[in-house]
Amino acid sequence: MVKRIPVGAHYGLRDWLVQRVTAVVMAVYAVVLLLMLLVKGPSDHATWKALFVPQWWRLASLIFLLSVFWHAWIGVRDILMDYVHATSTRLVLQVGVILLLVAYALWSVQILWSIN
Amino acid sequence: MKFRIYRYDPEKDAKPYMKEYDVAMEPSDRMLLDALVRIKSLDDSLSLRRSCREGVCGSDAMNINGKNGLACITKLADLKEPVELRPLPGLPVIRDLIVDMSQFFKQYHSIKPFLQSKDPAPEKERLQSPTDRAELDGLYECILCACCSTSCPSFWWNPDKFVGPAGLLAAYRFIADSRDQATNERLDDLEDPYRLFRCHSIMNCVDVCPKGLNPTRAIGRIKDIMIKRMV
Repeated sequence: MVKRIPVGAHYGLRDWLVQRVTAVVMAVYAVVLLLMLLVKGPSDHATWKALFVPQWWRLASLIFLLSVFWHAWIGVRDILMDYVHATSTRLVLQVGVILLLVAYALWSVQILWSIN
Repeated sequence: MKFRIYRYDPEKDAKPYMKEYDVAMEPSDRMLLDALVRIKSLDDSLSLRRSCREGVCGSDAMNINGKNGLACITKLADLKEPVELRPLPGLPVIRDLIVDMSQFFKQYHSIKPFLQSKDPAPEKERLQSPTDRAELDGLYECILCACCSTSCPSFWWNPDKFVGPAGLLAAYRFIADSRDQATNERLDDLEDPYRLFRCHSIMNCVDVCPKGLNPTRAIGRIKDIMIKRMV
């Protein structure tokens, strides 16, 4: 095969933008969570659980967690692009990261909606 | 004055080493390049590039006490002893302080650093309003010394794929030029996870630029224009 260094994948901006937007989502959620903890001051298991019962807060938490995973995907992929230069190894690692994050996302749903 | 200088001659040395020099300076020796020329007069085996000796040609870029800069405009009085001099990081060393800049220039050429216009060439020159011309301030002054790109970790890891701060500053110089008509093609070319988006805005480039330019801001402007185009 000819030894070329191909560039020109024609993507990048969307990921860069997603990383910024998800960062804002995480920051807003963190502030709201902090306020809720200050106001409600959960002290035991029952009051902690009660915090996560309202549907809107479950959804907000899910959006927060999805933002974490999406943000993490772009960040970890950037690290792999910088340091893992063998294409096959990088592909395997990237697929591994995606599968792991998808599993985390599904698990988050299960945890959030199992709280009664 | 004490110096520790990186020495490597691939024809003679098995590996690079640091050589110490203790040289008496004359009152006329004000800049680091003056000192290097003096050292070379005592030890002519030392190799370095220099030309204009006033910060215009960009030949004598090197790593000075851990920070990239031009020897000719670095004051000796500001340097801590022993002054440690190394070649620009991340590029192959040809000999001593001379590095192979091919990769750097390859990236620079890849952004097509020339005006592209579909209009027929005018009789005299392509005119610009003073406001449009002002857009190029802080962009056209780059002397391609490579201080910025070789201080950028993203360029160290992917010099064959990431354009680097110098090339991206030049890319924005033509995107910002009112006379250039290839903005879309230029943006298409840079819309790439490696070519542009290896930049994580750590601003090493801004920190070292001997001309006081700001490649990080130029890269940010390219992203702004891309967002305008997409959203």
